[in-house]
Order: sequence, then structure tokens, then C-alpha cells
Amino acid sequence: MPGIESANPFYYVAREELPQLPPPTSQRGFGGWMRTNLFATPRDTVLSIVVLLLLVWMIPPMVQWLFIDAVWTGEGREACLGPDVGACWAFVEAKFGQFIYGRYPLEERWRVDLTAVLLIIGLVPIAIPSVPYKRENAIYLLVVFPILAFILLTGQFGLVPVETSRWGGLLVTLVVAIVGIVVSFPFGILLALGRRSNLPIVKTLSVVFIEFWRGVPLITVLFMSSVMLPLFLPENVTFDKLLRALIGVALFASAYMAEVVRGGLQAIPKGQYEASDAMGITYWQGMRLIILPQALKLVIPGIVNTFIGLFKDTSLVLIIGIFDLLGIVQQNFTDPNWITPVTPATGLIFAAFVYFIFCFSMSRYSVFMERRLDTGHRS
Amino acid sequence: MAHTDGVADGAEDSERVSPFYDPKVRGLFFQVILILIVGYLVYVGISNAANNLARAGIASGFGFFNERAGFDIGQSLIYYTNDSSYFRAFLVGLFNTLVVAAMGIFLATVVGFIVGLARLSRNYLVRKLATVYVETLRNIPLLLQLLFWYKAVLAVLPSPRQTGIEQDVSLVWSLNNRGLYLPRLVPEDGSAIVFISVLVALALWFVIGRWSYKRQMATGQRFPVLWTGLGLLFGLPLLALLISGFPFYLEYASLQGFNMAGGWVIRPEFMALLLGLSLYTASFIAEIVRAGILAVPKGQTEAAFALGVRPNLTSRLVIIPQAMRVIIPPLTSQYLNLTKNSSLAVAIGYPDLVAVFGGTVLNQTGQAVEVISITMLVYLGISLLTSAFMNWFNSRVALVER
Repeated sequence: MPGIESANPFYYVAREELPQLPPPTSQRGFGGWMRTNLFATPRDTVLSIVVLLLLVWMIPPMVQWLFIDAVWTGEGREACLGPDVGACWAFVEAKFGQFIYGRYPLEERWRVDLTAVLLIIGLVPIAIPSVPYKRENAIYLLVVFPILAFILLTGQFGLVPVETSRWGGLLVTLVVAIVGIVVSFPFGILLALGRRSNLPIVKTLSVVFIEFWRGVPLITVLFMSSVMLPLFLPENVTFDKLLRALIGVALFASAYMAEVVRGGLQAIPKGQYEASDAMGITYWQGMRLIILPQALKLVIPGIVNTFIGLFKDTSLVLIIGIFDLLGIVQQNFTDPNWITPVTPATGLIFAAFVYFIFCFSMSRYSVFMERRLDTGHRS
Repeated sequence: MAHTDGVADGAEDSERVSPFYDPKVRGLFFQVILILIVGYLVYVGISNAANNLARAGIASGFGFFNERAGFDIGQSLIYYTNDSSYFRAFLVGLFNTLVVAAMGIFLATVVGFIVGLARLSRNYLVRKLATVYVETLRNIPLLLQLLFWYKAVLAVLPSPRQTGIEQDVSLVWSLNNRGLYLPRLVPEDGSAIVFISVLVALALWFVIGRWSYKRQMATGQRFPVLWTGLGLLFGLPLLALLISGFPFYLEYASLQGFNMAGGWVIRPEFMALLLGLSLYTASFIAEIVRAGILAVPKGQTEAAFALGVRPNLTSRLVIIPQAMRVIIPPLTSQYLNLTKNSSLAVAIGYPDLVAVFGGTVLNQTGQAVEVISITMLVYLGISLLTSAFMNWFNSRVALVER
């Protein structure tokens, strides 16, 4: 509308937004980035130079040891002997099957793989918030999958039975961690509710149970379940070694899970409890339909963190003679075919890498959920 | 679910509510059932245990404590030989646990605070290095880290003879697969004055701290308590040393035959455990420190700057005291974790409580119930004591809110 425009008294007003001026040259580009992030003050400059020197001192030898001097193929210890030999990856390659499956029979390993696939089928959709059918998914993971996994791994209904003493490696690590978390989930909820109960005896028993398991190291719990537990059972009842460790881990994890869930229960406003009472529904209905759905959603990051802790703690079962990932790696150090000065370091770095991948991705997931659940209303 | 209306209307109404629906009666009923179940389980467990122990011919009770232990322990703070009693072995294990836990807590706190502050640094390299440290150590099991230090780092050190040191030569220091050897300071007659001077310095530090706090409250003037205290702590003993004519001599380590003798030795087991425990826990403490500092509102810094307080003093007097409120409760649980994790010593052969008592003593006596219960109770006791102390400390640091 040019006619109106010319009559506009504010003709000196700019017609379009002016482009922003570029930042001063001292803050621009790579040089500016360096100035603000590395050399802002004299102290920063000194720190940067020290750290740079440290990195130059550390990283090239590490790369040299891990990759350049490393032995990638070989049949036995001769390949990894020598003055300037780095990591002995040939050892990991030769033992890889054992590290994953333990002494699980070769021709039955497909059952372990199938179990892993079944687990992933349940785990991926429940981890993605936008996928529907969370309730069915949870029932699959907490009820259906454990039964299927039990049938497949131990060998029921016509499958060849495989004793748990032959299980090992990553398989055992995952079995212990997942059984621990699945069993501890309902028990943890019950204990957390018990701890907040009005009934004095229920409350006392819950508090004593939780504080006892949280106050003792997992090692003593494992010793207890492997040495003391058989004493408390009738004489003709014998327990599988792995099952005894699982009982210990589950008791221990329940106490920690209870505290996580209690955190969620305490975060629910009192009005919700009062409203659920006012509805005239029973205590359990109120918990199931109103309180727990809100509380459990809040503590998803806490549950993931508990699981990370549990996953790392499963490595302790090697002390009572169960060969989980770390246990089987360590056991192979004594294999006369592979005894070299670099074998322990190589094996441990490999195991560390596997644990790191699992724990780091889970902790990233927990951070993601925390951001998603944080609605910004926190006081 | 309390039917408060029934209570308010008195007797007439409570007659209407059948006892089956009365929450009080129901609560009592379920609790009685719970007690019966728990009691039954305990009873069955104990009677089974009594049967099993009797059948296996294992004695019960704590009489074994006075018997001869008959095994050797590598490291001991108190006098111990294989002729000592099981109780003495128990004490050796307990002290070893306490030493490694105390030193681990100290180291982990120092490293944790440094790394936590580094994660908030303006300096890109420092920040990233601290992040890599935290993410790596946090996500690898502690047991694996202990084994790594022990088997992959310290065990592959050369033996004393391979390090090329000569026979019977006094060494200032030597690091080999037997441990780290340092000179030992052996006190002679008249050294008591030096120890007394240390105590005096600590007492003076405390008195000056109280005086300076009062003066600051009254006049607002600050007194450099930290530097004065450190000066006293080093100055007074130095003075005492000069006056008394240095009543100490250094005992150096040396290679004699195949073995090292003399000096002050830190065993590889202890070093691996201490390094592993403190570096691992430090990665958690760093995150706690970072979260605590970020929890202090930015306005506090700005207000301090507006008052003309210098950046260094701002963090010391404004930020850190407020951050401590957030830091201390989770820090306590990390200290407890470290103490409990020290039980992993059993995997690398450091003679702590679990290794000595829950391992060797249990195998020799076979009294699983007593030995494991005592071990668990000791850890429970340590946990409760530590958290009681930290709660007390927390209540001192916490701001009094209106």
C-alpha cells in the first residue's frame, strides 16, 4: 500500500529488521573460542597448558599400547610374548564365546540368543515413552519373559537341561542383575508402603529390614546366602549355588528399591492421599490406581540408577565362585595357554569396556527420562 | 481409610460398624498374622539350623574367640602372631578395615572436591577431562578397578632384583612388586616433646579459631585462621625438633638377598585397595559436589559481587557454605558406601575384616552363623556410627531457617 505509506508520519522507521552486528573479533571463530574457553585469565592459560601436556604425555602411549603395538591374531601365548607387546586382543578373540556364554554347551547357545532377543523385544518399546500399551508391556517383561527365559535357559519341556554351573560370562551377569531388579520391584514397593504405614508392627519390621540390608556390604550378604542359608533349611532341601546368590542379591536390591520408591511416595502431594481416602476406595485400590502410578513414574530415573548399581555389583558373585563376566575373564588369566604379562590388563580392559557400554547407556537413558519428567514445577 | 465420622459420632455409631470393617480391628488382625508368619519362619529357621549344626558336629557359641588362631596375617597394626587368639585376629581385620576406610574417605573427599570443581571450570580442557574421569570411573564396577590396579598395574612391576638396586644399599624410595618402600622415621629418646608440640599447635589452632569467630561476629574483621593454623602446625614441631636436637633417625629400606628389609612399606594390596576405593568413590563425590554448587542460586554470587566481595572469597564464604547443606547428606551415604566397599579387599588379598574373619576364621571354625552375624553387625555398627556423626555435623552446618 504505497499511498498510505507515503502519508505515514513515521517514515523514518526502518521497514525491515536490521541484521545483527557480528560479535567483536576477539570473540569470533576459533580464536575467540580459544580465548574464552582456554586462555581467559593467566591462571586458565597455565591450567590449559598443564592439561595439554598431560594429554600429550598420556594419550599417545595409550593408543600405542591399545592399538598399534597390540596383537590382533594368534593361537596362543607365544603371539603375545615379547618386550614391546601391547594389548593381547587375540586372547579376547579366542575366549569371546566363554566371556559371553560361560561353559554353556555350544549347540544350545541359540537358546541364550533367543532369550536375549525376547528381552530386547520387551525392553525397547517400554523404554520409548511414546509407544502405547505400557501396562501389557510391563506384564510381559515382569511375568511372561521371566517364565520364558527360565524355560529356555534351564531347559524345560523337552529341551536339553543345562545346569547353572555351566552358565557363565555376560549371561550370568545379566541373569543376576535382571532377576535382582525384577524380584526387588514388587518387594521394594511392599517395603516402601510398609515403611509409610500407620500400623506400628508393619512399619517397624519394614524399617529394620531395609536398614539392615542397606547397612551391610553385599559381600557379606553373598557369604550369608551361600554359607548360612543352607543351614536354615531342612536337611534334605538343597539349593542351586546360583539360586542362593540370586536370593541374596534380591534381598539386598529390595531394600535399595524400597528407598527409591519411598522417595516417590513422599513426593506425591498429601492432597492425593486424602483425595483417594475421600473416594471411599480401599487402601490397596487407592495405592494401585492413584498413588503408585504417579509415584513410580517419578522414580523411573532412580530405578534405572539402582539397576546400574546392581549391574555393577553383580561382579561380586565371583567371590563366592560363580563365573560372571568378570569372574570368567579372571579365571582365564590362569589358562596356561595364555599366561603373559599383558593378559590381565587386556582381559580387564575388555570387561571394563563391556560394563561401561551397558552402564553408560543406561545412565544416559536415566538422564533423558529425568529431563522428560522434569516439568519445571520444582520448588 | 480412617472412618473418622464413626469415631466422632460416638458409641451409637461404632456399634453400627461391624468389627469386620473397623480399620482398627483389621489393622490389629493383619499385624498379628504378620507376627505369626515372621515368628514361624524364624522358629523353623532356628530349629533347622540347630538340627543341621548338631548333625555336622559344629560347636556353637562364641567360645572359639579364645582359641589359638594358628594362621598368619600379612599386615597388622597391632601385635599378632599365629599363636594369638581368634579374637585378636578379628581385631586385626577390624583395624585394617578401619584404616583403609578412613584413608579412603580422606583421599576420596579431596579428589572428589577437586574433580567436582573442575567439572564446573570455565576452562574447556579441564572441564572435559573431569567429565571423562567421572563418566569412566562411575560406569565400571569397583571390583574390576581393584583387580585392574592389583593385577594389571602393581603386579607387573619388576621384582626388587629386577629394578636394578644393589644389595645392602640404603634406598630413599623403591617401588617394586613387593610394595612401595619409603624411609621410616624412628623416634629416639626425647622425641615426646615433638609429639606434644603437635598437640599444642592443634589446641592453639582451635582456640584462635574460636577467638577469631567471636571477633568477626563482633567487629566484622577477619583473621587468617587457616594460614596461622598451618603455620603453627608446621612451625611448632620444627622449633621443637631444633631445640631437642632432632631425636629421630631414618631407617632406610634395602635389598637383602631376595627380599627387602627395613624401611616403611606400603603393600601392593593396600595400595590397590586404597587407590581403587578412593578414585571410584571420588567420581561419585565429584557429581555430588557439582550438584551442590549448582544448587546455590545465581543471585547469591551476584549479591556477593555487588557488595564488592572478591571472587575467591565469594566462593569460600558464600557459595561453599550454602552448597555444603546440599552436599553433606549424599556425601554421608558415599562415605558409608566406601566403608562397605572396603570389604572387596577379600578379592585382592588385603587382610580386612571380611577376608580375615569371614574368610579364614570361618573356614577354620566352620561356625558360619556366629562369624557372619558378627561381621554383618560390625558393618552395621560402623554404618550407624558414621551416619550419626554426619547427621550431627549436618545439623551444625545447616542454616537455621525461619
